Amino acid sequence: MTTFEVDGKTLTAKPDENLLQACLGAGLDLPYFCWHPALGSVGACRQCAVKQYDGPDDETGRMVMACMTPVPEGARFSIADPEVAAFRASVIEWLMVNHPHDCPVCEEGGECHLQDMTVMTGHTYRRYRFTKRTHLNQDLGPFIKHEMNRCIACYRCSRFYRDYAGGRDFDVFAAHDHVYFGRHADGTLENEFSGNLIEICPTGVFTDKTFSAHYVRKWDLRGAPSVCAHCGLGCNTIANARADRLRRIVNRYNGAVNTYFLCDRGRFGYGFVNEADRLRAPLRCCDDGSQAAIDRDDALARLAALLRAGEAVIGIGSPRASLESNYVLRQLVGEQNFYPGVSAGEARLLRLVADILGSGAVHVPSLREMETADAVLVLGSDLPNAAPRAALSIRQAARGAGIARAAAAKIPAWQDTGVRNHAGDTRSPVFIATPASTRLDDIAQRALRAAPDDIARLGFAVAARIDNAAPDVPDLSADLAAAAREIADALLAAPNPLVVSGVESGEESIVRAAANIAIALRARGKTPALLLNVPECNSLGLALMTAGEASVETALARRAPLVIVLENDLHRRAPAAVIEATLAASRLVVLDHSESPTTRQADLVLPAASFAEAEGTLVNAEGRAQRFYPPIIAEDAVVESWRWLVAAARAAGLASCESLTTTDAIAAALAASLPHFATLPAVAPPADFRVVGSRIASETRRYSGRTAIDAGRNVHEKKPPVPADSPFSATMEGHHGTIPPALRPVFWAPGWNSVQSLNRFQAEIDGPLKGGDPGVRLLEARPDAARPYDASIPAAFSPRPDDWRAILLPRVFNDDEQAGRAPPIRERATPPALVLNAEDAASLGVAAGQALACEIGDARVELAVEIDPALPRGIAGLAGLAHKAHAIPDLLRLRPAEPPVS
Amino acid sequence: MAMVDRPLTSCIQPGRQPLDIAGYERAGGYAAMRKAFGMSPESVVEEVKRAKVRGRGGAGFPAGRKWEGAPHGADAPRHRYLVINADEMEPGSFKDRLLLEAAPHLMIEGIIIGAFAVQAETAYIFVRGEYVLAMERLSRAVAEAEARGYLGTDILGSGFSLTIHVHGSGGRYICGEASALFSALEGKRAVPRTRPPRSTTSGLWGKPTVVNNVETLCCVPSIIERGADWFLGLSRSATEGGTKLYGVSGRVNRPGLWELPVGTPLNEIIEEHAGGMREGYEARAVLPGGASTAFIMRENFDVPMDFDSVGKIGSWLGTANILVLDQKRCPVGLLRNIEHFFAQESCGWCTPCRDGLPWVERILIALEAGEGEPDDIELLAHHVDFLGPGRTFCDLAPGAMAPLRSGLKFFREEFERHVSERHCPWHDTAESWT
Repeated sequence: MTTFEVDGKTLTAKPDENLLQACLGAGLDLPYFCWHPALGSVGACRQCAVKQYDGPDDETGRMVMACMTPVPEGARFSIADPEVAAFRASVIEWLMVNHPHDCPVCEEGGECHLQDMTVMTGHTYRRYRFTKRTHLNQDLGPFIKHEMNRCIACYRCSRFYRDYAGGRDFDVFAAHDHVYFGRHADGTLENEFSGNLIEICPTGVFTDKTFSAHYVRKWDLRGAPSVCAHCGLGCNTIANARADRLRRIVNRYNGAVNTYFLCDRGRFGYGFVNEADRLRAPLRCCDDGSQAAIDRDDALARLAALLRAGEAVIGIGSPRASLESNYVLRQLVGEQNFYPGVSAGEARLLRLVADILGSGAVHVPSLREMETADAVLVLGSDLPNAAPRAALSIRQAARGAGIARAAAAKIPAWQDTGVRNHAGDTRSPVFIATPASTRLDDIAQRALRAAPDDIARLGFAVAARIDNAAPDVPDLSADLAAAAREIADALLAAPNPLVVSGVESGEESIVRAAANIAIALRARGKTPALLLNVPECNSLGLALMTAGEASVETALARRAPLVIVLENDLHRRAPAAVIEATLAASRLVVLDHSESPTTRQADLVLPAASFAEAEGTLVNAEGRAQRFYPPIIAEDAVVESWRWLVAAARAAGLASCESLTTTDAIAAALAASLPHFATLPAVAPPADFRVVGSRIASETRRYSGRTAIDAGRNVHEKKPPVPADSPFSATMEGHHGTIPPALRPVFWAPGWNSVQSLNRFQAEIDGPLKGGDPGVRLLEARPDAARPYDASIPAAFSPRPDDWRAILLPRVFNDDEQAGRAPPIRERATPPALVLNAEDAASLGVAAGQALACEIGDARVELAVEIDPALPRGIAGLAGLAHKAHAIPDLLRLRPAEPPVS
Repeated sequence: MAMVDRPLTSCIQPGRQPLDIAGYERAGGYAAMRKAFGMSPESVVEEVKRAKVRGRGGAGFPAGRKWEGAPHGADAPRHRYLVINADEMEPGSFKDRLLLEAAPHLMIEGIIIGAFAVQAETAYIFVRGEYVLAMERLSRAVAEAEARGYLGTDILGSGFSLTIHVHGSGGRYICGEASALFSALEGKRAVPRTRPPRSTTSGLWGKPTVVNNVETLCCVPSIIERGADWFLGLSRSATEGGTKLYGVSGRVNRPGLWELPVGTPLNEIIEEHAGGMREGYEARAVLPGGASTAFIMRENFDVPMDFDSVGKIGSWLGTANILVLDQKRCPVGLLRNIEHFFAQESCGWCTPCRDGLPWVERILIALEAGEGEPDDIELLAHHVDFLGPGRTFCDLAPGAMAPLRSGLKFFREEFERHVSERHCPWHDTAESWT
């Protein structure tokens, strides 16, 4: 640590910090705009001016920008000096020259960094009396509103979008006071991280269009710490609600997971919570096949009666339901009758992933840790489509070599433009082997296109080259052998190598090969990290809770008289014929939050809470268990699925769920019964957590309208609900001070109303949260754990005439069931497509955009052809068909489409 | 006249095409290059350092010291670049244009020797976009030099290799800022870069880069051929060697450009070379070296025109292209025109420059239009202070403030009359600047 002085106070800084970071870290108020902890310093806004003195006798000092100033030992600075204070106020005055002062109608108002900094500098009266510059705004698509007139030209948006996230369709245009941040023309922002512009922008240029549709001020929102439910990475979010409507999702900083950024699916996929197809009351099936609403007690009595019948009951769990709900169902139906609710193919892959990660023989990295990898191999995964936030981490990892090169020229890592200019194209080696092109290819040292079998062979060959003891690949092509050498050498040369694969590769052999590489690196004394991505928010948690390769199909094959389906649409998991055959002889009870083909077939439907009305725990691909809390305190029949099941069991007189009456009790039972969950109870403070007797307030101190919001119906103020089994109050009453990070419902500090207030909650700037980053890692590598090499090396792929190797290509806005119910996500989804190599398309006599027909499951499907010139020949990529994944055959026949009926 | 007196312009024949490579060699050209190849790079640097050439782009940094600061030796990183800043856009300056259009081989010889001195293997001549003729002539001269084996690999068996690229600027003033020039050359937005790192550490494409002005490098062949002592002897200044291109514009009898000994006094340049003021005009003040220098008033017209002397009286030599303000011009109008240029040419990167300069311009427009307010002069002073050196990201805004700062000092009464009389005192008599 270095010691330095600000206005006579002695402070400490880390040697690699700049002065602005050091001041913020010390809790000082120093305004800034262009600096961002993840983007570094560029010195553009001139807002963080301070005085630097040259020695103990220097009385005059000179003005420097804190963000561009290193902190040498013993350095002396002043923030309070009148000249720099006046300069900082002047910077605000300049920014206000063209700013429209439209705070009352601006959706950033109340959480605007520009407002905060204006107050902080003391600037009050603007002397500029001339005409303001105005811009035309752009339509940037369904996610983001654009109001360029508010722009203060801090350049953070373009630096994030282009430099950090790799986007290309957004830039800075024009010059002087006409600089314009947007697209070359109106149009949807293409990058899957565009939503972060909302939080990166220090004022209201980019605002959330979905939030705007049901806007309320930040202070009128109830907040709850939540966890994203739209992929397997478990990004932390804050879910904001008011009047029983989920209003928006914002990022919740977790220094080990998502840090400052969410993908657009996670940020904008929340709308399903408010959709009309939500189930709000229990439904029973009438004799005519229609469904009718019944009350809670009736529903419980019906389920209890079914349970009491004593016949075999099958429980089908869900990778998108909480640990708690899955576990209670498992206890209710018995371990042998509980099935993970995934397709047969996915079940095999998830079993494999859970076994590899659960073996203790490999280290699973956090997303933040992935940013520090110095060589990366992505095997078979299209990360930007399947796990976008992981792709963003790898994009940062690729910068490592450039940052090191700059460091050798004494350019500190925080000096962003200096580092980028000096680094040029210097990147840490990233290798991407996938069948089709990915949006991460631009940073790859080598992006290799191959069929899944060949990708697996490449992986096995890499492992064999790293460690002789690993099984070698017979008859490897010269190209793949050369690639394997290059990759193996790069991974071996790296202190922190990272291997990434996952369920989305669609091939067990690819996942096995990835594991072999990690094991081989370990055998050579490295500490490799292995991320095996999973598709849904609790896929790994569910896989860790179950054994074997059971799936929805094996569950249905039991032909049990009663089938209870937990938060799952069977039609996404198994062929319709299998479902119909079973249900003809079974009673079907479905617990879910929204209508689906499965709920419409059910004899009894119980309305389950979505993540927005529920408390629960999810396990992400890192093996990190994380707790989410409800921003909506539902007062109708909507409750967590496990509460329905526990109540029904009690009504049926069954003892199996007797003790499972709270989230904490379920966590304790899980910890006691399954070794992987031993540390689960530490995931978050218990429900009876109180600060000096108070619950944590879930509304802000300024929350308004509580007494008026229902005045149109009733002038009496309703008694606020008291959330059961929760450390939170339902109102602004309660504790607002220091809160354990897992329970923080809002980031706010005096003078810091925007998301930039984070600097008040980090133990060090850009580091972990004070009190530790939330979540517990369930799967730590153990030195004594070992896993043998896998030798199931597939044969090389060779195209066959007429039989096309079918592979599922992930699509970020198509594939998630829940997000796919949100209208803005639906708008961004692409039509299902058949992706072919150009020569293959030519041989079939089709051009891009023309249709071909194929059989998927028992249905004939016509798909428009897309050309990916890099796709290997003989492969038919099926994009946007994740909901049909179970039905996609290995080999596909392609036929001309039916001519249109005239 | 012999080269002895005018090393920069002796090969220029007014009204004629520039010398081709044969003509240039007949006039003694490329002899210095051959001589330099017989020397070590270090001794070339040493000779230029002793000759006390100061950067003629306007910054005045000693060229020899700049070369000396570039990484050298076997361990120094490669690839290295020499960039010739020929993006001459300083208002009132037109000296480099003469050299580029009329003495392209002198330029190329200077580049070869300079690149040899700093052991750069690639040189870029970054030419102002509007200098179309200069680019044509440079490109032709480069082709001639390549054909003659003066460019390429292992030039004349020296073991030294050099490629020269002629690159046109996109046409913004900021592109002439050395670090913004790198961004422009790399195809990025022409935004200046922070120092550190210095360009000799991390310049073009992150590689060690030396940037020299056209005129600076054109001094080099004669220094190498005839020696530093001879070069120092040309000057009338003790602190700086050689001759210099001095230009004069404004209401003088013979506006133009002359190669004169460094340190020639200002009044001598105006009176003897520019032929004095035109009938009915009196010189009130000058901007000595482009629009981003401070006014020099009449009482200092005896100042020797070298960096140190002009610096001592509170201005700066800059490009030494002198702009004369006469009594029939409104100084507020002159400054309004200048600030319009700088406001328009701000790259938009840093706040004070981007949003401060247009404000300054609008205040000056209001003053000229008789719409000034009593606080306006204080507001201008506020900007002069807060757009000064060290406040903004690069030197554009401080340069823009230099004439305004001195204008507020020397023409305070004129500013105040604009406010109190609610119109421009020159309104009926002045000739427009625009």
